[in-house]
Amino acid sequence: MIAPTPITLTVNGETVAAQVEPRIHLTDFLRENLGLTGTHIGCEHGVCGACTVRLDGEIVRGCLVLAVQADGKSVETIEGLSDSGALDELQAAFRDRNALQCGYCTPAMLLTAHELLARNPTPDRATIREHLSGNYCRCTGYQAIIDAVEIAARARAGAKS
Amino acid sequence: MINFQYARPNEVADAVRQIAADPRARFIAGGTNLLDLMKSDVEQPSRLIDISRLPLKSVEETPDGGLRIGALVPNTDLAYHPLVESRYPLLASAIMAGASQQLRNMASTGGNLMQRTRCYYFYDIATPCNKREPGSGCSAIEGLNRMHAILGTSESCIAVYPSDMSIALAALEATVRVMGPGGERTMAFADFHRLPGDTPERDNNLEPNEIITAIELPPQGFAKNHSYLKIRDRLSYAFALVSVAAALEMDGEAVKEARLALGGVAHKPWRVEAAEAALAGQPANEASFAKAADIVLSGAKGFEHNAFKIDLARRAIIRTLTQAANGTPQSQSSKKIR
Repeated sequence: MIAPTPITLTVNGETVAAQVEPRIHLTDFLRENLGLTGTHIGCEHGVCGACTVRLDGEIVRGCLVLAVQADGKSVETIEGLSDSGALDELQAAFRDRNALQCGYCTPAMLLTAHELLARNPTPDRATIREHLSGNYCRCTGYQAIIDAVEIAARARAGAKS
Repeated sequence: MINFQYARPNEVADAVRQIAADPRARFIAGGTNLLDLMKSDVEQPSRLIDISRLPLKSVEETPDGGLRIGALVPNTDLAYHPLVESRYPLLASAIMAGASQQLRNMASTGGNLMQRTRCYYFYDIATPCNKREPGSGCSAIEGLNRMHAILGTSESCIAVYPSDMSIALAALEATVRVMGPGGERTMAFADFHRLPGDTPERDNNLEPNEIITAIELPPQGFAKNHSYLKIRDRLSYAFALVSVAAALEMDGEAVKEARLALGGVAHKPWRVEAAEAALAGQPANEASFAKAADIVLSGAKGFEHNAFKIDLARRAIIRTLTQAANGTPQSQSSKKIR
């Protein structure tokens, strides 16, 4: 018998305390314990990228982080980032460019693109493509997603100038 | 996934004590490989010792002008570190050639050295595999072996070591610092990983109760003439069929000193000093590079599906050395091979 481990973490700015089995991964914890179902689960092997969340500010694969490892850390999900307005330009560009169909990969795509633009505000298409290479999309063929990130980058640059 | 105990020591000595006390325990840092192996039941640890918060996250200059990289420095931080970008761009490039942004954010420097093979049979617990279950046989030798080794194979195992970062570290002649119950020791990078021989269950020469604390780079970083070329089935997010790290010190049109390491072809980063020696003092041209390639690949042996790697490696070596000599390293974003 393995006793649950107490953890305390910040999720989208709110402190959360819970008892979890060590084997529970962060995405399951967010979805099952906290009801934050915007973070999706695809392959659960670190390949598809659908489970992307931010851990202490950096995007990670939620399926390859144990919830106990997030103890004391700050987690941000699509729910928190969307509510904060941080993704406004990206979300508008994804909508305008039809950069999603089923939407399953979209929350993770937005988080990944957001990290790229924070690091590099004016990426070229090859750089966008490379940065998103760990996020699978089975609907769009990616072109529209690359377009949307490019447009969002321009929108952000324009808003700042 | 099976359940397991979880512990999080705050000091290196405590982590070493804990691993020594439980032979079925495993260290976890970034977890990008270990958790995946646990989900496939390849690894079934009784306990995970979370070392991710040990104080091994700094990158510091050493007195001799080299660099000491803490074992827990994430791959992303290392690739973007100003001293790595400026003095060891070969290392930055190799890191960016591997995995995806999310994984590079999680994965640690030491953990990269500990990556296990992606041989399909190693991952499939329904099939024999000497690496996973010693003595059970190798399914790859007569099976699907397109991704497998062409150099240094044995009758027990033809798996390849999958890292990109380590290929650059091999070329740069890094040193690995490890800590065990008896104290600290260092290993030359070339001595860290092993060939499979008849003990393929051992990937490297780290003892079960030891922990990697740092990687050290010597002062010579070959920042002017280097390239990391990775040939793979997809342009991104795939393991190498063949990869080449080349680093040159030039003397006008001639090669003064050469380093050459290959990934995707063996159970460890493949480096042949005779090939490097053959380049020294030679003109930097295709004839010299081809000769070095032939020395590296002498003894290469293909299997049913991977014999193409021999010629692919030969051409990749020539191309990468040409890129290095010209000072035009392979771009890891545009991916166009020039």
